[in-house]
Amino acid sequence: MSADRVEEGTVIPSRTVHVDRATLIRYAGASGDFNVIHWDEQVAKSVGLPDVIAHGMWTMGAAIQPVVDWLGDAGRITSYSVRFSAPVPVPHDGGADVEFGATVKDVQGDTATIDITATSGGQKVLMRARATVRLEEQSA
Amino acid sequence: MGRDQYPDAMAVNPEVAGRSYPPSEPYVVSRAKIAEFAAALGATDQAHFDPEVARSRGYADVIAPPTFAVMISQQGDANVMRDPDAGIDYSRLVHGEQAFEHHRPLVAGDEVQATTTIEKVRQAGGHSMVTMATKLTTPDGEVVTSATSVVVIRGDS
Repeated sequence: MSADRVEEGTVIPSRTVHVDRATLIRYAGASGDFNVIHWDEQVAKSVGLPDVIAHGMWTMGAAIQPVVDWLGDAGRITSYSVRFSAPVPVPHDGGADVEFGATVKDVQGDTATIDITATSGGQKVLMRARATVRLEEQSA
Repeated sequence: MGRDQYPDAMAVNPEVAGRSYPPSEPYVVSRAKIAEFAAALGATDQAHFDPEVARSRGYADVIAPPTFAVMISQQGDANVMRDPDAGIDYSRLVHGEQAFEHHRPLVAGDEVQATTTIEKVRQAGGHSMVTMATKLTTPDGEVVTSATSVVVIRGDS
């Protein structure tokens, strides 16, 4: 990818990711976050949640993947920040879909600022999600 | 004002703002954990899985996904959760915001420790918001990643 083809408004291909209980169990094991609200719906509902909810950090980690694939290198994500604005309920039957989008907000030299969106069930589950990326490979 | 005099039992003690904690135990980043974590996110960049691919891009070894650092930064943040002066009720904790600044990607073989400082304690709408700034540092003193977490401790309302 060449920096001169990237400009404000450049749209990064969006992606819809299906998440089910197995996705969450797998993320729990990989991350070590075994909070019960991510796998036991009785406990989740007892604390006022609609159902088991996805780990916020799963959503954050998955939301950057379309940007990584567009860049071609996860190592060129130099900063990444999100606000968790709504949980992603993951019902036993059918799971949930999360739609991830990303648009280039600004390009300064070699660095692009990218706004990221994540919605599930019509709700914005991340807000103020933004990454800065290095567009070009650094010459070693 | 000590913790016991603080009027709202659910609220986080604002006096802990500015407090720093000792580094967490050293964490050694492994190829296996990077691959497992990347797969759990549906990541497909082969630089997470194949050392040759990573090296061909100039990295020392397989690189961690951008959010991998949370596992290590939370080891530093755990000091805050355990601090009796802060008075955080973990069962009321919700992750509000997360940010990472990567000076370079974490790679397999890195050894880092997480050092956390409480940047801010704020009360709003009956809830407490705690902002924690955590640096992941190698034994040589290189800061690889700076992480910022905001946790919300829900009040009674």
